[in-house]
Amino acid sequence: MPEAANPEHAARLKAQANWIRLSAMTMTNHAQLGHTGGDLSSADILATLYLGGILRVDPQQPRWPQRDRFILSKGHCSGAFYSALALKGFFPRDQLKTFMDPLSMLNGHPDRNKLPGVEANTGPLGHGLPISVGAALGARMRGETWRVFVLTGDGELQEGSNWEAAMTAQHYGLENLVVIVDRNRIQQGDFTEKTLKMEPLADRWRAFGFAVVEADGHDCKALRDRLSRVPFEAGKPSCLIANTVKGKGVSFAENQPAWHHGVPTREHLAAAASELGVEVDW
Amino acid sequence: MEAVAKAVENTSLHDCRDAYAEALEKMAAGDARVCAVINDSLSSAKLKNFKAKYPGRFVNVGIAEQNMVGVGAGLANAGMVPYLCGAACFMTARAMEQVKVDLAYSRSNVRLCGMSPGMAYGQLGPTHHSIEDVAWTRILPNIGVIVPADAVETRAAMLYSLKHEGPLFLRIARMPLPDVHKSGYEFRYGIADVLRWGRDVTLMACGVMVSRALEAAHMLESAGVDARVVNMSTVKPLDRDAVLDAARSTCGIVTAEEGLAAGGLGGAVAEVLAEEHPAPMRILGVRDAFAPTGSAEFLLEHFGLTPGGIRDAALELLEKRR
Ligand SMILES: Cc1ncc(C[n+]2csc(CCOP(=O)(O)OP(=O)(O)O)c2C)c(N)n1
Ligand SMILES: [Mg+2]
Repeated sequence: MPEAANPEHAARLKAQANWIRLSAMTMTNHAQLGHTGGDLSSADILATLYLGGILRVDPQQPRWPQRDRFILSKGHCSGAFYSALALKGFFPRDQLKTFMDPLSMLNGHPDRNKLPGVEANTGPLGHGLPISVGAALGARMRGETWRVFVLTGDGELQEGSNWEAAMTAQHYGLENLVVIVDRNRIQQGDFTEKTLKMEPLADRWRAFGFAVVEADGHDCKALRDRLSRVPFEAGKPSCLIANTVKGKGVSFAENQPAWHHGVPTREHLAAAASELGVEVDW
Repeated sequence: MEAVAKAVENTSLHDCRDAYAEALEKMAAGDARVCAVINDSLSSAKLKNFKAKYPGRFVNVGIAEQNMVGVGAGLANAGMVPYLCGAACFMTARAMEQVKVDLAYSRSNVRLCGMSPGMAYGQLGPTHHSIEDVAWTRILPNIGVIVPADAVETRAAMLYSLKHEGPLFLRIARMPLPDVHKSGYEFRYGIADVLRWGRDVTLMACGVMVSRALEAAHMLESAGVDARVVNMSTVKPLDRDAVLDAARSTCGIVTAEEGLAAGGLGGAVAEVLAEEHPAPMRILGVRDAFAPTGSAEFLLEHFGLTPGGIRDAALELLEKRR
């Protein structure tokens, strides 16, 4: 989509990302449960993937066999994910109102058997990358050209399963696999580097055979530029380290470990709406 | 008996996680071998005080449960008594081979404190529910499985655990619970805790279902039924004598647990009855399903894990006898 290069489109993408932010916070307020910090840090990434012309998906045919796969490995950020799916048109936006309600299709963590557009049942950290490696291998076995994008947290990478999967990806030279790390530097209890060091993160991915690129995870244009050039290097799986701020866009939540699963009040929502410059219309 | 019934009516509720944390601090003060391992969040594990007081006996392995259980086995090998504290769902499901091999098979002196088990995480869904943990741990040789019924028993079981030889799984409830025990209660490993004697039918429960079973017994009393209530807080090793006595002296057994109906407490009781004294049973739990979305309270209701549900199952057994 050539329109992406123009500044008007970039502004629209930013507004959509902010809509995802406010929508997710509104859902968390409704359910009195949710993961505000990681929803906010991943909003620009999700907007770029779904609305910036990166993912080849068709909301009218959610199980179209040739679709690109997107797997939200950090499944706790379902608020932002569901909002992006609704904005893309996978289901009506007003369904977002039912987030975590009794018998809702919008479970606290995504369920592929309940909601169109969901590829994997995630929630326990460290599942998305192995599944993505399998999907990428499967695409290759079938001689198909679709790609697999997986979004992980940074704390999540403490799970060893990621590194087992990374070795598989390297061994098989999975050019059709893109790992995006939401590098917000905070996990559940504290900053990652205080809990269990993740640095040198880019070097670690390189050592595991990935072509690594870093980008500002809140610059939709930069994200788009990077993600539209996959693979980053011929013959290698790609890793985009998206440097983000946990709680991005809402000053009181930014860079605060407590906002990992902080629940916004109505007052917080009003403040967030004015900072983000959007309204939630569902 | 009266006192217990009153205690259930008493509305003051306690979080078993606070009791576990206090007990662990107390034990650490008296025994330099006691140490704690967590996977990321200090406040979820309720160990802020522990870390402040005993920073040298505290390890955070990050979000890595398989590693956590292996590290626990190593600490035990070094002569420490490690308490591994994390969400029950990940500590068991994610690390089951480590639990089997590094703890059970190796008979390592490690305690797994599985926090927020059952359906305590409610709306977060089946990935975060830990309704399989009792079945999974119970079938392994060597490992003891303790599901305390309230904060008093949580504290008592924690204090007991320090003396125990071999691995233990302790299920630490998140749901606020009324005390069914008086302070001073002493936990007896492997021995059924009869909360109320009765002649007509037996209600056997563990964890959050115990206070509900007591309430059910209350309801049954108004219907003229004299129910026995047994707190089976040690699911493994199971008190076979208590099961057989209940089967012989009452018309049957209703088991109730906040977990899968297959393989847990109900399964353990059924195994004893099938071999030694077949008797009518009702197994209340989650039947072959992943829970839908809903709060913990909603889901207990959804699966009939309520005082009324237990009462109805007991009435069915009595009906059958007639
Ligand atoms: C296997 C597993 N262990 C623990 C958790 C509990 N948990 C949920 S979110 C989270 C922190 C995740 O941090 P990070 O990956 O950095 O995510 P983000 O900052 O993007 O929210 C933890 C420990 C989990 N979901 N899965
Ligand atoms: Mg993070």
